[in-house]
Amino acid sequence: MLSSLGVHLLVGLSRAMILFIVSSGLSFVLGVLRVPNVAHGSLYMIGAFSAFTLNQVFGGGAAAFWLALLLSPFVVAGVALVAERGLFCHLYQREHLMLLLFTFALMLILGDLVKIIWGSDYRSITSPELLAGSLPILGSSFPKYNLFLLIVGPVVAVALWLFTNKTKIGKVARAAAVDREMVDAIGINVSWVFAFAFTLGCFLGGLGGALVAPTISVSLGMDHDIIIEAFLIVTIGGLGNMWGALIGSLIFGVTHSIGVLLWPQFAIVFPYLAVVIVLVWRPTGMLKSVW
Amino acid sequence: MQRGPFNWKTVWPYVAVFAALLFMPLALSRFYVYITAVIMVTALLAMSLNMVVGHGGMYQFHHAAFYGVGAYTFALVLTRTQLPAWVGFVLAPFAAAFTGLIIGWFCVRLNKLYFGMLQISLGSLIWAIAFRWYSLTGGDDGIHGIPIPDAISTISSSYYFILFVLGACIIVMYMIYRSPFGKTLQAIRDNPERCETVGIHVRGHQLFGIVIATFFAGIAGVLFVVVEGSVFPDLLFWVLSLEVFIMCLLGGWFTFAGPVLGAAITVGLRTFVGTYTEYWTLILGVILILLIFFLPEGVMGFIIDKTRGREGAGGLTDAKGRIHQ
Repeated sequence: MLSSLGVHLLVGLSRAMILFIVSSGLSFVLGVLRVPNVAHGSLYMIGAFSAFTLNQVFGGGAAAFWLALLLSPFVVAGVALVAERGLFCHLYQREHLMLLLFTFALMLILGDLVKIIWGSDYRSITSPELLAGSLPILGSSFPKYNLFLLIVGPVVAVALWLFTNKTKIGKVARAAAVDREMVDAIGINVSWVFAFAFTLGCFLGGLGGALVAPTISVSLGMDHDIIIEAFLIVTIGGLGNMWGALIGSLIFGVTHSIGVLLWPQFAIVFPYLAVVIVLVWRPTGMLKSVW
Repeated sequence: MQRGPFNWKTVWPYVAVFAALLFMPLALSRFYVYITAVIMVTALLAMSLNMVVGHGGMYQFHHAAFYGVGAYTFALVLTRTQLPAWVGFVLAPFAAAFTGLIIGWFCVRLNKLYFGMLQISLGSLIWAIAFRWYSLTGGDDGIHGIPIPDAISTISSSYYFILFVLGACIIVMYMIYRSPFGKTLQAIRDNPERCETVGIHVRGHQLFGIVIATFFAGIAGVLFVVVEGSVFPDLLFWVLSLEVFIMCLLGGWFTFAGPVLGAAITVGLRTFVGTYTEYWTLILGVILILLIFFLPEGVMGFIIDKTRGREGAGGLTDAKGRIHQ
């Protein structure tokens, strides 16, 4: 019992890492642009599908897997940059709900584009030799790929922290989140800061999609599942707060795995219940919102 | 702005549309009658949402949860109990309103985006339960072949039933919209701080607004079951909530009848574009983007702007794109 609990928690934690990578991107966009990007889930889906295609294009070996994992977030970032510079950047002066409406329209369009390009079949990626199979941990077996996720999550968190705290562009983006007029006033082009923040946020969404691809069957509809979870995680963590996104993801992943253990039929209820409890207890999230 | 609950100049288009709808089943095929019935159900749902979103200024992000509660209550009364059907009719809106009271009680203490997010999580809780509780709700299959009472089971009789319920609901909603309560709600939307200062119980008004709106959403849920004869968890899913939210924005969320137009456009697009291509959401997305760029106040807001000038549309008085903390 105890060992299966441990493995359950570890699986929950590794799932939390995916959730963290996706929701930190959402949180970053929300923090800087103040727009809840509904299309974020679609970009995550595109990340998974493009990882599948790139994996095929490069021949399907271990090298192809790593190349696909590295390149597909950039594909997603490219899509995001085009949408932002082409359409979204003209709307920043507009009413808040209109921006939300725009991202919803983007979600509809991207969802159908994925359907046109990849069709509605289920796809799967096999992870390379190095990450296939399981390891014996705590007396039961634990998939190696989940262990890999447990390593990647903290690496991304640290990289993101270094980036937003130690580089100039990262600091400017944080400043724009807090007071965009002031950033504008000291001569920084806020529009491009927004473009950069949006692209980086979507890059993280795509990275999450590419990372999750070997663990699930890649299909249409995966955008709907992730986006709501990511939104709730961002909310309970504190809007725009990266560490909040990490804590929120851990709560979400761990309560889900506890749910699977206690009452499998209603496992999906547990994380939602946790969110409700957190929001009733601390209405503005666990950590301080950036604005 | 005109005062008084009744004004022929604003009412006659509705009467004309109602009369046209009354004679429609005689002239058109069953398919069109069915589509019109679906549009009417969706329109009622969108109008009920607009009571809180457009008139109340609240981010009601999971309205479909209440619609689904209404539909499921009605379906469960008809399939799992021996009670007569009218009990279901009465019970379903009250069940939805009760859910609205509980969820609203938690939500009104928060503002804007946090309000919306808490509602999404509470609504998703209901969705997850309906999705998983196989023995009661049929899980992800839902409940099909619900025995609708004979009097409203044919396509044209259900059409007339829906038309009259919708008409009655619109009249009541319009009276609420024009009542002191409705005006107060609109004042809270435009400037909550000032309303608080002059002694209006802001949270209480918002909560009451949610309860009324969810009551009408429950009625829409009943009507859905009357048209379709089935329920499934997608009725409670957040995607539907967002879709209905978009209908309000699309039609014009500062107007009274805008959501009807939004519902008609969305359902019409899905049906007619859907017969030509399976990529109707792509086309809906493109149309939405065009609307955002060229008709920011929605189709109905645009029409009112052109015909009556600015005063009728209500105006975007506090629309600076800020989130109030």
